[in-house]
Amino acid sequence: MYRAWAIVERELRRFRRSPLLIIVSMIFPIVQLVVLGYAFGGNVKHLKLAIVDQDHGVPAVKVRELASAAAAGSQIVDTLDYADQGEALTDLRNGRVNGVLTIPPEFSRRVLQKNQPRVALIEDNTDTFVSVALAGTITSMLGSYNQPGAAPRVPGQATLDVVEVYPYVPYVQYLLPGTICMSIFMMVMIGGGIIFIDDKARGLHEGYLVTPITKFELIAGFNVSGAIKAVLAGLVLMTIGSVIAGIPNAFEPLRLFRLFVVIVFTSFALISFMFLLMVRVTDPLMPRAMFGVLNTLLYFPSGAVYPQQGFPAWMRVIAVADPFTYAVHAFKSLLLKNTGFAAIGSDLGYLLVFSVVSMTAATMLFRRTL
Amino acid sequence: MNAIDVKNIVKKFGDFTAVNGVSFAVDEGEIFGLLGPNGAGKSTLIRMLTTLLPPTAGTAIINGFDVVKQSDGVRRSIGVIPQAMTSDLELSVEENLLIFAKLYGVPRDKRRKLIAELLDAVELSQWADKQVRNLSGGMRRRVEIARGLVHEPRIFFLDEPTTGLDPVSRVGVWEMLTKIKQQRDLTILLTTHYMDEADRLCDRIAIVDHGDLKALDTPLKLKASIPGKNVIDVSFQGAPPDWLQQLERLPAVERVTGQDNIFRISSGNGPATTTALMDAAAAAKVPVQSLSVQSTTLDDVFVHYAGRALRDALQDAAPTDFSFMRNR
Repeated sequence: MYRAWAIVERELRRFRRSPLLIIVSMIFPIVQLVVLGYAFGGNVKHLKLAIVDQDHGVPAVKVRELASAAAAGSQIVDTLDYADQGEALTDLRNGRVNGVLTIPPEFSRRVLQKNQPRVALIEDNTDTFVSVALAGTITSMLGSYNQPGAAPRVPGQATLDVVEVYPYVPYVQYLLPGTICMSIFMMVMIGGGIIFIDDKARGLHEGYLVTPITKFELIAGFNVSGAIKAVLAGLVLMTIGSVIAGIPNAFEPLRLFRLFVVIVFTSFALISFMFLLMVRVTDPLMPRAMFGVLNTLLYFPSGAVYPQQGFPAWMRVIAVADPFTYAVHAFKSLLLKNTGFAAIGSDLGYLLVFSVVSMTAATMLFRRTL
Repeated sequence: MNAIDVKNIVKKFGDFTAVNGVSFAVDEGEIFGLLGPNGAGKSTLIRMLTTLLPPTAGTAIINGFDVVKQSDGVRRSIGVIPQAMTSDLELSVEENLLIFAKLYGVPRDKRRKLIAELLDAVELSQWADKQVRNLSGGMRRRVEIARGLVHEPRIFFLDEPTTGLDPVSRVGVWEMLTKIKQQRDLTILLTTHYMDEADRLCDRIAIVDHGDLKALDTPLKLKASIPGKNVIDVSFQGAPPDWLQQLERLPAVERVTGQDNIFRISSGNGPATTTALMDAAAAAKVPVQSLSVQSTTLDDVFVHYAGRALRDALQDAAPTDFSFMRNR
């Protein structure tokens, strides 16, 4: 195996002289963490809600007051009074307002008669996030409206008390596990696959192939060196990302150790997979062309940006095989829940099996001749 | 025992035959040259002998090891300089040698001493800690020569070692190889398409074209094997139609080729033929525009055996990149 270490030494000496490589492979995941994390992480605010009061009775005034209170409190909506329903709807279609709350002429009378009083929310449903936020605000507002003036001494209705096990997790923290995987993948791609094929195209591999090195030693050498580079990338991103996302007690020694183990397992799994894909490739354009496809196929089905429970069946099949799925789950457990190895044992097991299978297949497919 | 023994070796890529039943043997301590244009099959041949390509048929024994059945033994016996510059540009000169010493399993206590000796031999000691990217093409070639010798091989393969180098660097590499050959007990097989390189370096030369071995002997014997000791290149103004036949009747002429006003005459006695040629031209009132007399060169040898000039063959060369065939 000492020949494999010669390959490792060679790759790491080259890597040390290419600091740009690690910077380039870090930029994309960090930018993604910051931009996506904060773009998707915040609540939707200051949606413009047109209120058309066609009733003007006391109950209608109460609805409008509650709408104004919601606007002043959570600031999810800003209310605008319209006299004419047609004008409000025109503004809705032209995008000047996000929704129209109409209080119909019979509203007050129906309230007093307890005859199913209704208000209408006409909303722009082309943006799901906006329409869900508007509907939620108005539903909540009507909930307050329907509360009796004086609560009964012993409530007869069942209520729900929610107990959150962990502190509030902002989206930027939710995104961090996937971003660490992404940084490992970037280094595996740039520092592993692309350099491997470029060297092949330049004829550098002829130099190795005329030495007595074995197939296994060659593959092991490339895998170990690629994994070391990927571990470094993962550690750097984990450190910077934890600071950016504000992970509580991120640098607790035991947690750091567990994170290091997951980074090592993930790095080996991804570099082995990369060499399996690249073992017969000779065209330097191929890894570059595969980069986007692989990124999409590995990253998005993993649950890094959206829960897998919302995926269609065919995407769940990809997610089950995807090594990112297990790495993201393990990182989430450690970073967001600070669990121990018991919670991530199956993830590490899958990543280990995936590495061994990929490396074995790559060794079998590797050709010792040109 | 021959250092290299090749028998009827064949390499086919699909329907294309790159090497067509070539046989030759190289003695220990010999510098053996494979001379031919690009696409002649030289690199394919050297790749088979260095275990990089499996032969389609035939056998090759290198230092007593079969290239197919005992490829590991072959690899331990040989040093190889591929056609492309394959040193790691990011590594220093010394690091390049160190990595390959480790790949060849050179013991730790011998590595430093061997590397220092080799850097001295290729005159790169003062550049040992410089990155290869900062060196000239000729110096990079010398790095590769040192790298190929870092495990003290018995046989050294060089695939077009001076291609792409300027004339001064080429001469530098020749001198380097001659010196190393004298210092070490090495057998060298090199490929080249430079006549002067083969003439100057090689003890014996095999002329290869279209995958076939056309001739094999020492440079002197190869030159002696073709008609004429001298080649006279001459051009006239307004030569009559039967001028070629008249030239063939001049004394000591063995062969005349050419047409219109330009002719090449192979002669067994250059001065006698030239004198008679000038007299005949004066008598026929055919002015001589230019005339040169030279000894037979390997270029003439190549023309004789391959049926075309090497410079023409270089222009019409078949592709050397067979990577598209490797996957077949």
